[in-house]
Amino acid sequence: MELAFFYIFAAISVISAILVVSFRNTLSSALALVMTLFGVACLYAMLEAHFLAIMQILVYAGAVMVLFIFVIMLMNLGREELLKIKMSFAGVVGILIGGYLATILVLRLSSLSSPLPEAPQGYGSIAEVGRLLFSDYMIPFEITSFLLLVSIIGVVVMARKETA
Amino acid sequence: MVTLAHYLTLSAILFSIGVTGVVCRRNTLVIFMSIELMLNAANLTFIAFGRHHGNAAGQTIAFFVIALAAAEIAVGLAIIVAIFKKLGTVDVGDIRFLKG
Amino acid sequence: MENLLFGISVGSLAALIPALPLIGALLNGLIALLCRSGKRDVPKSLVSVIGVTLPVLAFAVACYLFSLAKDPATGFTTQPLWNWISIGDFSASVSFKVDRLSLLMTLVVTGVGSLIHLYSVGYMAHDKGFARYFTYLNLFLFAMLVLILGANLPLLFVGWEGVGICSYLLIGFWFEDPEKAAAGKKAFLVNRIGDLGFLLGMFLIYSTLSAKGLQAPGGLLSFEVLEQYKGDLFLVATPICLLLFVGAMGKSAQIPLYVWLPDAMAGPTPVSALIHAATMVTAGVYMIARMHFLYALSPIAMQVVATVGMSTAFFAALIALTQSDIKKVLAYSTVSQLGYMFFAVGCGAFSAGIFHLMTHAFFKACLFLGSGSVIHALGGEQNIWKMGGLRKRMPITFLTFAASVLAISGIFPFAGFFSKDAILWQGFATGHVVLWAIGFATSGLTAFYMFRLLAAVFLGKPRDEHLYQHAHESPPTMTIPLILLGLLGAVGGWIGFPEALKGSDRFFHWFAPIFAYEEFFAKLEARGHGLELVLTLMTLIWVVHLGLIANVLYSQKIGRMGALAEKFAPVHRLLSNKFYVDEIYNFLFVKPILLVSEKVLWKFADQKVVDSLMVEGTAETVGLLGRTFAMLQTGMIQTYVLLFAVGAIVFIGYFVL
Repeated sequence: MELAFFYIFAAISVISAILVVSFRNTLSSALALVMTLFGVACLYAMLEAHFLAIMQILVYAGAVMVLFIFVIMLMNLGREELLKIKMSFAGVVGILIGGYLATILVLRLSSLSSPLPEAPQGYGSIAEVGRLLFSDYMIPFEITSFLLLVSIIGVVVMARKETA
Repeated sequence: MVTLAHYLTLSAILFSIGVTGVVCRRNTLVIFMSIELMLNAANLTFIAFGRHHGNAAGQTIAFFVIALAAAEIAVGLAIIVAIFKKLGTVDVGDIRFLKG
Repeated sequence: MENLLFGISVGSLAALIPALPLIGALLNGLIALLCRSGKRDVPKSLVSVIGVTLPVLAFAVACYLFSLAKDPATGFTTQPLWNWISIGDFSASVSFKVDRLSLLMTLVVTGVGSLIHLYSVGYMAHDKGFARYFTYLNLFLFAMLVLILGANLPLLFVGWEGVGICSYLLIGFWFEDPEKAAAGKKAFLVNRIGDLGFLLGMFLIYSTLSAKGLQAPGGLLSFEVLEQYKGDLFLVATPICLLLFVGAMGKSAQIPLYVWLPDAMAGPTPVSALIHAATMVTAGVYMIARMHFLYALSPIAMQVVATVGMSTAFFAALIALTQSDIKKVLAYSTVSQLGYMFFAVGCGAFSAGIFHLMTHAFFKACLFLGSGSVIHALGGEQNIWKMGGLRKRMPITFLTFAASVLAISGIFPFAGFFSKDAILWQGFATGHVVLWAIGFATSGLTAFYMFRLLAAVFLGKPRDEHLYQHAHESPPTMTIPLILLGLLGAVGGWIGFPEALKGSDRFFHWFAPIFAYEEFFAKLEARGHGLELVLTLMTLIWVVHLGLIANVLYSQKIGRMGALAEKFAPVHRLLSNKFYVDEIYNFLFVKPILLVSEKVLWKFADQKVVDSLMVEGTAETVGLLGRTFAMLQTGMIQTYVLLFAVGAIVFIGYFVL
């Protein structure tokens, strides 16, 4: 049962990912990415990381992708991209690279086929993650908030109109 | 029964697809999205391992990754918009400021 | 053996002798530097005082040392001043060998040298390079003394090279004239060829001795050690002696490396007197006398030395017959007399060779200084066919010149008679009859060309009235040395009065302990005094005869000589052009070397290989590499991403698989 769910969600993720990379229309790519994120979030839930699954959907699929779509629409790209179908040298190499990478990683990783142990009580709950955030990972937490501030300032500076 | 290998393999495949996207596509935004794909794959790996060891640290790290990815996307998109304003295109082949 | 004078040991006295001229050189050099380019007037009196008194002091010290250290005859080596070289098992220290040979040479060098320094004060009085001249002259004296007093071969070689340098500096003293500068260059280069042989000889000695694992405190090349180990050098004695002789050939102007000496007459006349008559050119003879024990081991080398010496003597005498420059005649005469000295040492008559060296220093220096006096008086004229009848205007010069001519011709009782007689007799007695015959003929030639010179310059009627009116006797600074040297040339040979003429042969016996050469004594005794007397008389008659003929011919019948020269024109041309040796050398050696230097080494190796290929090529390659690597910086993000991904995957592949 669990296996079936895994395969369904995995299929959604992989197929959406392939679509992200292959769609000619940028907007379609963005929407495919949302699907991928959604699929991955479900996988998080299967791994009993509930908090993170919700976070993924709220922040990633919600806020970040919305930003993406805003920008895409701002640039009004739709039609032009559709005409570029020709596969370049980099493209071929890219596919080869991707294939190669997938192969070696899968070969290596497929040997770790031990079943997942029982999750401890409260694993993946917001309490557990919160506890870790405010005890062991306090410093990265604070720095991350600082980093967000810095990125905000950066964005504001860059998006500013040039004062003549 | 779903083992660790399943998740890791899936993560590897997603990562490879992300790499392909970064190398193949000429649209800057699609490249960006592929980068996000790679980050997600990494996240999945972290969480899978965390679950395997029963340690919530994996989730914590994934948490940070999400936050950082958000910040990075914001700045990156601001740059893309700035370049778009200058060049009128998001084709990555047209951006040659660093030539030489 | 540490006698003390005011608390100074003999060793320190020995070190003082070369040090005094060195101090003179340094002080005069300082003055020369301060006054260069005519910024200030050269303080001639100060320079003269420094330049002359220091060699005189050195002579005084040498005299005192002579009185102290002439016993034991075998001499000794002083304590090292400092340890000069010490590399692995090769070491050489700065120490001096004080024995009868080096003391005699020191006396000759400092004595004649001081007189020539005094002479130079007058001769160079109007020259603007006065201070520089005395610097070089004092420096030369220093180097020569190091050569003589050095206790090991490397130190001797230092002096050897030092006199070579000073010779170059002094020959090319008036270097603004390209010909004179070229003469200096020629002297140095030809000397260098000889030096190569000398170095190879030293290397051979060292390698032979060190291969046998011998150790010595003063270094393997010190003379005491070499004499001690001469048995080990027996097998390689011939090559060593021949190589060292090559060095002597260069330094002492024997065939084939004599070509620099006539050209060296481009230098000031006192320089010619000091360096190319009395001292530097005798360094080769001295070196062989020093290494006599080694030469005694190799009869082949001795024969080579004797043959080369006598051939050179004859050859140079032939050329001297037809020269018209007063100094060139004397130069070829020097080459010829040096040949006699080498003949002597080649026959084993080492003390005879040194005897002739000493007497030659006296009369040849006197001859050169006399010719300098004439040149000075005539305002620079050196062609003897423009002179004549100068005896009335320059009596002192004439008398001293005549005395030296008698000496060099070997006429009793002047100095040259005794030394030349000793050489010829001892050469005959050791069996070199053919060479003796050539020597006999050469002595006649010597008398002939010397009397020719005397007659052409001083006797007869003046050929150029204007110059004749101009002539005057030289100032006392120049005539006093002339008189002293003339006297020495007259009586200096008396210490070698042979036993055959009821003398005591003091010179020979005095040196006998050093050149302890047993067979040699035996041979001489065996021949007996009667034969010696006969040969001596024969030679005397022969030279007097030829001398008189030359005298008459060139003082009274000079016109006929011109006609005679035309009758035998080809021969005359050959001789007066020095057998075209310089031209031959030019063709065989100089031109090819110049050609190779220009076409191969300059145009090809330097311009094409070093400049274009290596220097510019390196720059080009760097540029090329830079441009190649710059191709990576396309500025296109996709390229970077591609490279990045490939790199990462290689890495991952390495670690994962």
